[in-house]
Amino acid sequence: MDAFSQLLDQLYFTNSTKTKSALIQAYLHATPDPDRGWAIAAIAGTLTFDFFKRNTVKKLILDHVDPTLFALSYDYVGEMSETVAHLWPHSINSDEPLPSLHEIVMQFTHCKKPEVPTLLTRYLSRMYASQRWALLKLGTRGLRVGVSARALKQCLAEYGNVDVSDIERIWHGLTPPYTDLMAWLDGHAPIPDVSDKGKALYSRTGDDISHSFGDLLDSVELNGRLDGELVVMLNSKVAPFNDLQQRLNKKKPSKRLMEMLPVHLIVYDALTLDGNTLTSLPLSERRKQLDAWFEGKRHPRLHLSEKFTVTNKDACVQLREHAITHPHIEGLMLKRLDSVYVNGRPSGQWYKWKRDPYVVDAVIMYAQRGHGKRSSFYSDYTFGTWQGDTLLPIGKAYSGFTDEELKKLDTWVRKNTVGHFGPVKEVKKALVFEIAFDSVHESKRHKSGLALRFPRIHRIRWDKPANEADTLDTVRRLITTR
Amino acid sequence: MHPKEWISVRDAGIYCHPADAYIDPLEPVSRAIITHGHADHARPGHHCVVSTKATLDIMRVRYGEEMAKDAVALKYGEDYQLGEDADPVKLTLYPAGHILGSAQVKLSYRGNSIIFAGDYKRRHDPTCEPFAVTPCDVFVTEATFALPVFTHPPLKDEIQKLLHSLDTFPERCHLVGVYALGKCQRVLYGLRQLGYSKPVYLHGALLNLCALYREYGHNFGELIPVSEVANKKSLAGEIVLAPPSALNDRWSRKLPNVRTAMASGWMQIRARSKQRQAELPLIISDHCDWPELLRTVKEVDAPEVWVTHGREEALIHQIEKMGIRAKALSLLGYEDTEETG
Repeated sequence: MDAFSQLLDQLYFTNSTKTKSALIQAYLHATPDPDRGWAIAAIAGTLTFDFFKRNTVKKLILDHVDPTLFALSYDYVGEMSETVAHLWPHSINSDEPLPSLHEIVMQFTHCKKPEVPTLLTRYLSRMYASQRWALLKLGTRGLRVGVSARALKQCLAEYGNVDVSDIERIWHGLTPPYTDLMAWLDGHAPIPDVSDKGKALYSRTGDDISHSFGDLLDSVELNGRLDGELVVMLNSKVAPFNDLQQRLNKKKPSKRLMEMLPVHLIVYDALTLDGNTLTSLPLSERRKQLDAWFEGKRHPRLHLSEKFTVTNKDACVQLREHAITHPHIEGLMLKRLDSVYVNGRPSGQWYKWKRDPYVVDAVIMYAQRGHGKRSSFYSDYTFGTWQGDTLLPIGKAYSGFTDEELKKLDTWVRKNTVGHFGPVKEVKKALVFEIAFDSVHESKRHKSGLALRFPRIHRIRWDKPANEADTLDTVRRLITTR
Repeated sequence: MHPKEWISVRDAGIYCHPADAYIDPLEPVSRAIITHGHADHARPGHHCVVSTKATLDIMRVRYGEEMAKDAVALKYGEDYQLGEDADPVKLTLYPAGHILGSAQVKLSYRGNSIIFAGDYKRRHDPTCEPFAVTPCDVFVTEATFALPVFTHPPLKDEIQKLLHSLDTFPERCHLVGVYALGKCQRVLYGLRQLGYSKPVYLHGALLNLCALYREYGHNFGELIPVSEVANKKSLAGEIVLAPPSALNDRWSRKLPNVRTAMASGWMQIRARSKQRQAELPLIISDHCDWPELLRTVKEVDAPEVWVTHGREEALIHQIEKMGIRAKALSLLGYEDTEETG
């Protein structure tokens, strides 16, 4: 457990991907099975259950620490596990070494639910702050050490001197603690045999999201791997992104929700088809095979993406202008016909060409401290537009400014606070943001009845008086104009 | 007379009416009493400045001989009269243990007294006299690290972390971010204490204050300005100290294979270290941590505590739970510069 906590600490503070990979490989060399397999699972996010819930941790700490002090500390630190790691008041000096990562995983796996708090308390009291942090992160599966699933596979490939595509191919058939994988990478065994059965849906980041989209998966008959975009379709028409959003983070969607908002897949690429790997073929060839595969079959939930061919720039501009007259289309994807299918986002191959964002001038109303990298800075801003002489909030933005601007904004918030609501500061209605966003929707969440999609701060208008900001009506009109 | 009758918070800072003097004012004033030399407390342009000799010297190093029209140097424990002869205010300075020259300011008027502790700490620090617990009617404390998540580890452990990293990455130049005044000298002391005898390389902005510390009898072994190193590649495996602003600046690009460390009390919070892009966070603070703040409030044992800049809510909450009256003096303008922590 100690080696694991040190690894996490080092990964956390290291910025360079290369150094991170070196650290992980050194750990894999120095650590026996099955410990290192559990570490891989923790980093890759493939552990299948929480050892304990965040709420259990919160209850435990409140048994030991004054609730006001906890709340203030949490607000300041901006992250639960670290707050608890530092606040935990007991530390028994024990010469007895901590159990191995495997033992800890096993103990929490087999622990009866009512006994979990006791077990957790015992470990927290035996650990240093950084070890506590590692245990809490591991146990709530909230590890964020800046290593994506994809980067980890790359790192494993380097460690075993194998091709990363081989790891990608077998990955979803493997389970923690990955002893078969490690045996292969160490050269003691052949590549694990993963017969490619079953169906799964993966997000762009490599996470398995099959459970959320049973309706889609059930409808698909396929020997191959496709790439595409999830959409909700109603009456054969693509529904607004808002509808899809209701499905996105539901781990177990109800039958009713699945019927109300059926999810379809717009397919635009194929990685394998009928046992043939297509990734090294140019896009034009992959697409030809995909088209052929589609032909003559009925796919209730799969749809081929529309292809357009343009021969000059003007035609391309026109095409985009035409496309974005559709209310739910954000723009065009431009792809090189000779591009192969590779990991990551190599530049110059595919481009997303969105429509220009809408822009309104809004007034900052509230500010809250950020989390993670921005903890303790006031970096989350709620802004509003005018209705008569009242400001009504229309959204929140966390991005679009530089670190330098963030510092200035943070200072501005601190100097212009007029009220507190818990961690939220109300500020003087005096500063205007130029807010860029992709679209406007009706929403019950804000008093204004509107919600913006992907709002970000386009410019900070230090110069503009607040009463010259836009009105709510101006924003509302944007719902219907496109 | 209770200090609340004769002390107030104005735009320029904390003001003592019968003495017509400000403590660590934010703007130029006619008379300023300065607790210590950090830039957010000691600003230039006052007419008259009262402080310890070391603090006045620090201000001269930073702002030149004209840092104020008139300067009064006081020894620790020496009484100095302000206000009218018939109705005097007695000013006395006591050591605060924060940095060289740092002082607590005690003001006594018509039978009551108040102490402004300024920034202070309770850990051993050979570069300054230790904090003197002094009785008073109102104790004014800072609250920089006033949350129970803050407990600073021993200096030795953190310096050891740096030396350990130097062993692990002997080919990398270890660039340590330190505040020029106080932190820099404390890190140097810590290194020498653990037997690190190689030269330490300094960014130009750190040189003058190190020279001043030397005048005050503090020897830090061999210090070499980075600007005097002809072949920067030779700094691989060496320790270079620089102000935090230089860590990710163009200046540091000339150093070979840099491993970035940062020495500050804030480094205890992971996200803060990330904001600094420090790969090696060293938790070294010149302020009290949470247990030390509470210990100090207990030992000073004043019937009333006022809390200045920092995380005052938590400290006030805890002090009131201890049965002591507490209130916040909301002071903006401190912590603006990058010298705190």
